[in-house]
Amino acid sequence: MAEHILLRDLDVPDIKAFDVYVQHGGYEALRKAVGMTPAAVIDVVKASNLRGRGGAGFPTGVKWSFIPQSEPVKYVVVNADESEPGTFKDRQILEGNPHQLIEGAMIAAYAIQATAVYIYLRGEFWDIAANLDACIEDARKEGLIGPDVLGSGWSCEMYTHLGAGAYICGEESALLNSLQGLLGQPRVRPPFPAQKGGGLYYEATVVNNVETLTNVPWIITHGAEEYKKIGTPESPGPKIYCLSGHVAKPGNYELPLGITFRELIFEHAGGIPDGKQLKAILPSGASGPVLPATDAVLDTPLTYEAVAQIGSTLGSASIILMDETVNVAWAASKMMKFFAHESCGKCTPCREGTYWLRRRYEALLDGRAQARDIAILDDVASQMTGVTLCALGEFAVNPVRATIKHFRADYEAWIKQEAAEDKKAAKPAPAREKAAAR
Amino acid sequence: MLKDKYADRIEKIFAKYADKRSAVMSLLYLAQEEYGYVTEDACAEIAALIGTDPTQVRSIAGFYTMFREEPKGRYWLQVCTDLPCALRGADKFYEELLQELGIEDGGTTPDGMFTVEHVMCLAACDRAPMLQCNFHYHEHLDMDTMRALIAQWRAEAGVLAEAAAVGDAPAE
Repeated sequence: MAEHILLRDLDVPDIKAFDVYVQHGGYEALRKAVGMTPAAVIDVVKASNLRGRGGAGFPTGVKWSFIPQSEPVKYVVVNADESEPGTFKDRQILEGNPHQLIEGAMIAAYAIQATAVYIYLRGEFWDIAANLDACIEDARKEGLIGPDVLGSGWSCEMYTHLGAGAYICGEESALLNSLQGLLGQPRVRPPFPAQKGGGLYYEATVVNNVETLTNVPWIITHGAEEYKKIGTPESPGPKIYCLSGHVAKPGNYELPLGITFRELIFEHAGGIPDGKQLKAILPSGASGPVLPATDAVLDTPLTYEAVAQIGSTLGSASIILMDETVNVAWAASKMMKFFAHESCGKCTPCREGTYWLRRRYEALLDGRAQARDIAILDDVASQMTGVTLCALGEFAVNPVRATIKHFRADYEAWIKQEAAEDKKAAKPAPAREKAAAR
Repeated sequence: MLKDKYADRIEKIFAKYADKRSAVMSLLYLAQEEYGYVTEDACAEIAALIGTDPTQVRSIAGFYTMFREEPKGRYWLQVCTDLPCALRGADKFYEELLQELGIEDGGTTPDGMFTVEHVMCLAACDRAPMLQCNFHYHEHLDMDTMRALIAQWRAEAGVLAEAAAVGDAPAE
């Protein structure tokens, strides 16, 4: 893309400043939206087929249309709890182009006639929240937030709220609990957030990701047809891909949905450093199943549907790359440590399952594992599948089952090598030291 | 008491929410700023402010990693060693940092200056190795930049200690 739609800070470095944002067409989309009926705004976003960028890919306009217009109190909550390992895209928007998020959130709020917007930021975004508060104040002074927005007769406040370090609060119902000052644990659904009884303070609520809302001003300005010219019919629009791990140029890349893994990794991000071979790809952080870096995988387009077809998920497109030096069982142990730490403890299969899985991985890394442990890992993971209250428990299964499926040899190598060490036989350089030495 | 010392700030926090209970995290941060960590008394104070009981407040403090339930070093270093950072050398960096300060994982230096912990993903995977120190990020680190930072923090703390000593003098 010649010009960025989302990461406009790459084209206009000072776009984070209110005046600069306005000079570059900022808040024109909000002006246009409040001149339309709320239903017409929802129709445009529906027609654009914008899909949620937090990971689920749910159509945004459809989500907005679930909100009952008759409810007197309604909320928009912005999910800025970016915590998935490998994800750092919302952070760049919040730092570099905050007004576009604020504008998108206000358009969403107008579309559902919300009374207030809350931006829930992960606690570590301490400095970002302070800056966002200043941005909100700038917009409020110009009548873009607050009473009678742009003379439309509709009033809406906007506030930031800081989390305090809990991955689970990125799950929307846990986020709402956290925002209400309760423990950040998921709610039983239904009622869903869009329904009375299910949202913030139990009022009807739309929860959208930062990147999702940052698309909205462009869609309102240019229309659904123009938006659909970017990306693919089922997955339209631009996407921010976060690249990390063994890649020459880690960072955020804003490109259309539908480019291939190969184009992204080798044409845009400089390929794999030190002349190494790419071994494994995690397309959606720790949550999505790992993929072996085969030609078939590398030629797969990055869309919600195509990545699903090859047995993984696009998720938030936080792509972690691992070269040939990595033992993928070691990578799985890292991910399991993460999920065991972040399990909220509310439901048994996730709380106990992640704990026991983590212990088996510790045994593996400590050289206490035997061949049957591979089957035990798979068995414990299978008992967690489909029985947890929220997606965290489902995600936690992926590092186990997908790595065993595609990289069983890595587990076996570890077990054999440790066995060999026990017998004080000649030992090869341990795989975990190679990985750790990088 | 937080209630008296920060009356304006607390009022502003409450004004954001439909329910005072939503203020609990902001008030825990405030207590931590004031007392250095979340004390038993602070939980009672906060509970009274938002109309709940201290156990509820304590449970919130314990649930999140950014609330300290015991005193920590003046500089609280949280190093990300999650998978993306580990692929770029964070585990090795973390070990070297512990060695440099002569402490164990999660430990505090005897002078009370540094507490070092490893934490989960901090959304800075493209700038690894990285850490947050008292909620501010330091990125693209290696042991050379780290040693310089440690020296800078020690110097800063020395200056603060001197200023405090001078400030205390008239009261004695």
